[in-house]
Amino acid sequence: MAGSILGNRVLRKEDPKFLTTGGVYVDDLNSEPLLVGALHATFVRSTVAHANITSIDVSDALESPGVVAIYTAADLGLEPVAATFNPMAKRTLLASGKVRYVGEPIAVVLTEFANQGEDAAEKVIVDYDTLEVLIDIEQAMTSTTHIFEECGSNVVFDSTAIGMPDNTGDEMFADCEVVVKGRFVNQRVAPCPLEVRASAAAWDNDGRLTQWMSTQHAQGARDTIQTANGLDAEKIRVITPDVGGGFGAKIAAYPEELVLGAVAKKAGKPVRWLETRSESMTALGHGRAQIQYVTIGGTKAGKVTAYQMHVLQDSGAWVDIGAILAPFMTRPMASGVYDIPKIEVRTTSVATNTTPVVAYRGAGRPEATAAIERAMDMFAAEIGKDAAEVRRVNLIPKFLEPHSTTIGQTYDVGDYEESLNRVLAAADYTKLRAEQAARRASGSVKQLGIGVSVYVEITAGNSSGESAKIEITQDGRAVVFTGTSPHGQGHVTSWAMIASDQTGIPMDKIDVVWGDTDLVPKGGGTMGSRSLQQGGVAVHVAAGELVEQARKHAARLLEANEEDVVFDKESASFHVTGTPAVAKSWADLSIALASDGGLIQETDYVSQGATFPFGAHVSVVEVDTETGQVKMLRHVACDDAGKVLNPLLLEGQIHGGIAQGAAQALLEEVRYDGDGNPITSNFADYAFISAAELPSFEVIHMETPTPRNALGAKGIGESGTIGSTPAVQSAVIDALAHLGVRHIDMPTTAERVWSEIQKQKVKGN
Amino acid sequence: MKVSITVNGKATEHDVEPRTLLVHYIRETLQLTGTNVGCDTSSCGACTVHLNGEAVKSCTMLAAQADGCAVTTIEGMSKDGVMHPMQQAFMENHGLQCGFCTPGMVMAAVSLLNENTNPTEDEIRIGLEGNLCRCTGYHNIVQSVLAAAKK
Repeated sequence: MAGSILGNRVLRKEDPKFLTTGGVYVDDLNSEPLLVGALHATFVRSTVAHANITSIDVSDALESPGVVAIYTAADLGLEPVAATFNPMAKRTLLASGKVRYVGEPIAVVLTEFANQGEDAAEKVIVDYDTLEVLIDIEQAMTSTTHIFEECGSNVVFDSTAIGMPDNTGDEMFADCEVVVKGRFVNQRVAPCPLEVRASAAAWDNDGRLTQWMSTQHAQGARDTIQTANGLDAEKIRVITPDVGGGFGAKIAAYPEELVLGAVAKKAGKPVRWLETRSESMTALGHGRAQIQYVTIGGTKAGKVTAYQMHVLQDSGAWVDIGAILAPFMTRPMASGVYDIPKIEVRTTSVATNTTPVVAYRGAGRPEATAAIERAMDMFAAEIGKDAAEVRRVNLIPKFLEPHSTTIGQTYDVGDYEESLNRVLAAADYTKLRAEQAARRASGSVKQLGIGVSVYVEITAGNSSGESAKIEITQDGRAVVFTGTSPHGQGHVTSWAMIASDQTGIPMDKIDVVWGDTDLVPKGGGTMGSRSLQQGGVAVHVAAGELVEQARKHAARLLEANEEDVVFDKESASFHVTGTPAVAKSWADLSIALASDGGLIQETDYVSQGATFPFGAHVSVVEVDTETGQVKMLRHVACDDAGKVLNPLLLEGQIHGGIAQGAAQALLEEVRYDGDGNPITSNFADYAFISAAELPSFEVIHMETPTPRNALGAKGIGESGTIGSTPAVQSAVIDALAHLGVRHIDMPTTAERVWSEIQKQKVKGN
Repeated sequence: MKVSITVNGKATEHDVEPRTLLVHYIRETLQLTGTNVGCDTSSCGACTVHLNGEAVKSCTMLAAQADGCAVTTIEGMSKDGVMHPMQQAFMENHGLQCGFCTPGMVMAAVSLLNENTNPTEDEIRIGLEGNLCRCTGYHNIVQSVLAAAKK
């Protein structure tokens, strides 16, 4: 019998479509009957960061060619809705009374053709009475101008308010021989999925709303759209076609999507909406955006004994999920891979007049890792020891039973030192240090920097399981229904591999269905690196149960005892022991059960808890000390995501993660001017990383299976980003360590690096 | 105004607004939706097609400028159900994830090899600088192009 397909480098089933005719994204739905005659929606957006709206005049705009209607919040009867994570903060889906960031939607213009909308939207005249603009987190914390007056403060969420202990201050470090402090900016970045947001809404004659959306979680979107439209559960259907990337920013439904049903209803016609990239850069949520005050202390020999951090999280102009990532994702992972006896973390989330902050690849964990890894580097520099060796001294030793950290997080399994060993060996760390020393000795303009990071993160931490259904058709095909939702990860291939492994049905006879809430009513979507360990495991369990169910039916048809019936995976059929010639195939069983509802297995898999992928990265950069220009030379990554289903897809996730981490470390930053005008609001101004700025990556495999699920799998979607960001940043700083540089905030642009070199020159270094 | 453009070997002729971009002619008038729009500043390259055999960003020219020209889109790359060697290389090397940048990336990569049949890794990276991808970190895209060059 052939071995399992699991663990093999299987090419993707979904690729031929993407490569020949392209995916079918929301804006490609040309033959959808419900969307015939659809109007096109264009949103009028705030051009100021903080103001009271004194009037909205649409009269000129209504005369613009192709305009059918223009609606404001008042026209649609929109009531204020409370923020999930701070119900005191309220807004209407289209701004009324007040605008709080540039890009906030104020009105919606409906036109006959898509290209008429922008012209008309520009003719809507909004009068503003401007207010003090708060862009800086720390300024917003102390300002008497409150972005959400009802909150009485711009602090919209604080870890101490939900019972997490406050930090005690410097006394925590009283017995430390060495204490180092840092203020790190983990800057605001834009997720930039290549497909911007798009949606379409249509009502049928029975008063049922169908809405297409580019989302990571159709079922979640369905629930919020249902609430926004005041509908009964059976009156709403959300359909997710292909999705051109999400990276966390497409988890929840946004105001534009929540209001589209009401717009279509009032217009009496279906409505399509597609934002431009420039709109997307200000209205799709941003990521990261923390200021971290860090203190680390320990012995001169290199043992860290105390770590304290106060995270100031920029929430932007809403209390979205970005406000709670700091307390629930950054805080519990703050000590990372290190055994630190004393640790304290407080998080304070602050509203500002900027685009709301949401989840972005890693969502709170890259921030935690960046802080502790920077702190570890500065601590190592302070005591004059090698950064990798100081890490080694402080690592939690290998554990295969759950391990609880001082802050109260319990990790599943870990062997951090092995991942560090492997990555240092693969990078040839000793040789790199020798080359660095040689360049320093020669006074070369091109200095070498080596950054090391070791990380652990939490995946599938916020969901309890996933459902799966497998249906066998009468021609012997399997259809897998999953509550997870691909936007590049390759679920069609992965779920087909898992189902094939159990049922023996070849992968080309397995179809995967997702993202249509009529076909898949239950589902947790794809986020937090949860898909394989929950959605994939659900398919695995369902497929196993399907085989057992089928064995019973086969026994009846073969007039045999159940225990005498064997399943031959090779031929994908059931027979009585010893008589393989008389067998029942999947198709036979499906046909036999046709009048009894068919052959279907449905499973609600309950998760055994979060998993904790870990790894170590080494990044090598070259810094031109005359210009500050950084060139990334190598990046070596050892990521342990447990048992690997498909190394091809695993590596793809790691590669993409590394690039996004490197992008934050080197180039990307969302910036505003003092008046709150975004100055990086398109791809010409935002430093989206390209192929030319990156090297090829060296991926080192390591597998420590988790005991928490049957596949032994942990998440891999975000690990690359979490490990790479601090490694790349540290490499840049390390290149200048001999000049006295201890820290440079991200992004380490040529300008910043050059300025830091000049500062050291002034000091005489 | 009337434009006549040969698209994927077929003659097309339509009345369009003078301001119609080539990408809108392709996506909306001809309903060939393989070609995507990813930005509004000619930065991302998702809309890359071939104009008389050379890669162009179809959001950066008017349909009128393509009058009388031959345009090839991703839909025109496979022949008799067999993928172009570049498409095959992308599949074999996992050169795509969400697929949104892919049509433009493939068109740019084919054009790159037309100009330089045996590029180095650095030449590929510089050659594809105008095509952005958020999923792959470009690693497997570069591998795909290197593999296609060997075919």
